[in-house]
Amino acid sequence: MKDKVAIVGMGCSKFGERWDMGLSDLIIEAAYEGYADAGIEPGQIDAVFYSNGTTGALAATPVADALKLKNIPILRNENYCCSGHIALIEACMAVASGAYKTVLAIGAEKLKDTGFAGLGAGRGISTVMEARRTAPGSFALIGTRYFEENGISYDEGKRLLANIAVKNHANGMLSPKAHFHKEITVEDVLKAPIIATPLGLFDCCGNSDGAACAIITSAENARSFRDDPIWIKGFGISMDAGLPHMRPGFGWTSFDALKVSSGKAYEMAGIKNPREEIDVAEVHDCFTVTEMLIYEDFGFSARGRARDDIDSGFFERTGGLPVNVDGGLKCFGHPVGASGIRMTYEIYKQLQGRTDNPERQLKGAARGLSHTFGGPPQLSAVLIAGNEKG
Amino acid sequence: MQPIGITSIGVHIPYYYMQRNTIAAAWGARGLKGCRSVANVDEDAVTMAVEAIRDAGADALGGGIQALYFASTTAPYAEKSHAAIVATACNLPETVFTTDIASSLKAGTGALRMALDAAIARPGTNTVVVAADCRDAAPKSPQEQLFGDAAAAVTIGDENPIAVIDHMSGNTREIVDVWRNAGERNINTAEPRFVTDCGYKSAMQAAVASFLKETRTSAPDYTRLVISTSDLREYLAVSKKLGFSPEQVQDPLMLEIGCSGTAQVFVALAAALETATPGDRILVANYGNGADVFSLTVTDAICRCPRRSRMRDLLASRRELAEYGRLLSFRGTIEPAAGEPFRLTISTAMTWRDQGTYLGLEGSVCEECGTAAFPVNRVCHSCGAKDKFTVSPRSHMEPEIFTYSVDRLAGRSDDPVVVQTVAEDKSGCRYYLNMTDFNPEEIFVGKKLNFTLRKIHNLGNFVNYYWKFRPLRKAEEKTNEG
Repeated sequence: MKDKVAIVGMGCSKFGERWDMGLSDLIIEAAYEGYADAGIEPGQIDAVFYSNGTTGALAATPVADALKLKNIPILRNENYCCSGHIALIEACMAVASGAYKTVLAIGAEKLKDTGFAGLGAGRGISTVMEARRTAPGSFALIGTRYFEENGISYDEGKRLLANIAVKNHANGMLSPKAHFHKEITVEDVLKAPIIATPLGLFDCCGNSDGAACAIITSAENARSFRDDPIWIKGFGISMDAGLPHMRPGFGWTSFDALKVSSGKAYEMAGIKNPREEIDVAEVHDCFTVTEMLIYEDFGFSARGRARDDIDSGFFERTGGLPVNVDGGLKCFGHPVGASGIRMTYEIYKQLQGRTDNPERQLKGAARGLSHTFGGPPQLSAVLIAGNEKG
Repeated sequence: MQPIGITSIGVHIPYYYMQRNTIAAAWGARGLKGCRSVANVDEDAVTMAVEAIRDAGADALGGGIQALYFASTTAPYAEKSHAAIVATACNLPETVFTTDIASSLKAGTGALRMALDAAIARPGTNTVVVAADCRDAAPKSPQEQLFGDAAAAVTIGDENPIAVIDHMSGNTREIVDVWRNAGERNINTAEPRFVTDCGYKSAMQAAVASFLKETRTSAPDYTRLVISTSDLREYLAVSKKLGFSPEQVQDPLMLEIGCSGTAQVFVALAAALETATPGDRILVANYGNGADVFSLTVTDAICRCPRRSRMRDLLASRRELAEYGRLLSFRGTIEPAAGEPFRLTISTAMTWRDQGTYLGLEGSVCEECGTAAFPVNRVCHSCGAKDKFTVSPRSHMEPEIFTYSVDRLAGRSDDPVVVQTVAEDKSGCRYYLNMTDFNPEEIFVGKKLNFTLRKIHNLGNFVNYYWKFRPLRKAEEKTNEG
């Protein structure tokens, strides 16, 4: 798949509590930025891949209705937090297959219409077995076990994770479209109310409204849209079997889905040493502890040594491998179905040198990775893109 | 015929208790002495009954149990069998005869009488009699302080009884003294002197006197008198009138537990048996519109009973509930604010189909590779074998915490802390359950846990039961070491 398709336009709405905007408004905001970026007319789109988690059994009608796209396939996927990435990857495969010439991948989520601050308790299929399962309560299980196995005390662990929140908040300050603009300190993180030990308020990402899109076409067509298309280098998707909570022998400090999805993407992109060969990464920091785990499972840090890289600032904007430069899920926000495309939007802009704030722009970034991690968690999707063909 | 008696006994004393002064202080009143036990927000008569049966070890007998009688005045359903829920949660075979006995405070001793008669009529019949109550009284009433929640279970049969039942008799006395109409939450009481003099005292004295006459015994022939009571003193007056010295009278634990309805005499009997020696004779008298009286002779088998000083340890391993508002909320007297929205839908078909998981806590052991998993894995997680497994009930296991989180988002306002817990048992089987009856300061990776059936919610307008973890209590750690 390497270099067979390219992204020629992208759009991203302002993320946040968009009380005055509906799902269709968000879709229109992202799509028309994407159209303009690619210089494309809506009529040139052959198919749409739509990602959304929370609107229930509606198929992809919100996209067709908002954008007045007629008589083309518009397909929706719901794959937890990976929905956006899976829309992108489906779009890439559809173009690579030759079935469609130019397609739109669009993700949108209107979480603030649910009436609640969080995603809610009670997840899964069984009404009683997972009656009180929450997102923070599940991801927090990683932290307790990671600290136990690595001989890190609760207080040391809290402080370690706080550094990730502080980094992402500093980055978010430089992202005009981000949900949160608030500089914080390690002490702020430590003093914040506990959500689910060891995670406090600042260890958790925002629940936001937002939409993002990408226009994808074949390698042959790419330069007819623009001089600086961003090439798809590789991707990987992995779903593990069984709720991790009940999976026999599961260790909680590493996820096969993370290792396999990144491994497949590296293989496709020809990457041997991701720590050295990736210039910028947007990874799934739904919680600070998730970002720490990903450093290790993606080969950015040695096993059990993420703390060394956190302490040395390796993942900061000025470090060896900047991670979540736009503020991440933590500050940019997490409208579930849109997030994978929003992360790829940041990579796209960074590789083109066209981010919306020069202070955030990295110098000379040529290859970037975006990633989402979904479910209890169980599902992971990775996309690698570059600004040069070959 | 083999002598028939009590072959095992178990109790459930809830984890929480409340000082009577705490209740009184909320109303600017003077508190009665002592404290009362308080069922946790996820407990009811059904879940407490299961705990008591597990404490008696009766769930482990499985096919050795032919009948289960569930007795309670406060069972959650007006129509629907509770005994069926209890039997399924205890993994008893479906051939077990179950029945629910309700409405009277004598329901428990009445069930014992029926179990005794059944064992006489059909030798070899082993019956579990379980009594559980969470009675409610109006806020500020004396009964609100005097009531306490508890459950007790006895097995009745002829296989090595720890105490042989020598004789049973009683009387029936119609009186409107303490009652609760259908649909009411709180009990009604007539004038206190009338209730005591014409109800409790009169019926108890007559029943015990007549029992002593029938058996040609007198008070000094008994080591212990176990007697029900609804207040702190009247039982002593009745005992004295019947010729029993204060030393003979078993402490009904009114200062520690309170009046636990149908369970009360069985809880006190369990305490009496803990200190009993072979040959002791125990007289039990229980009131409820008339009285039931029976006598026991303790056998040598008591020496093999692992219950020594268990009651003291159970009472010592409780936690004080210091907020009266939470008591009202636990009972449903006041409605707490809703927590996070609930994302799942209910199906009676799913609840029925998955009862092996929800109530039976059944897992699977792969016949190809031996992997133990919960719930049943039709396709083995480890080797992929399809439909090659043995169903394996897991509720007797004592898993240890593998990882956990003290979650302050998932709960409701009167029970705000949910401990998300992943634990593993010694066969490698993993479980994900919430924890209950815990002190958040005392949770750590590696801590040993017990399973306990609890109410999860009332979605679908019926009670949805499932298992939770609870840390082992002091009394249980002792037994298990032995």
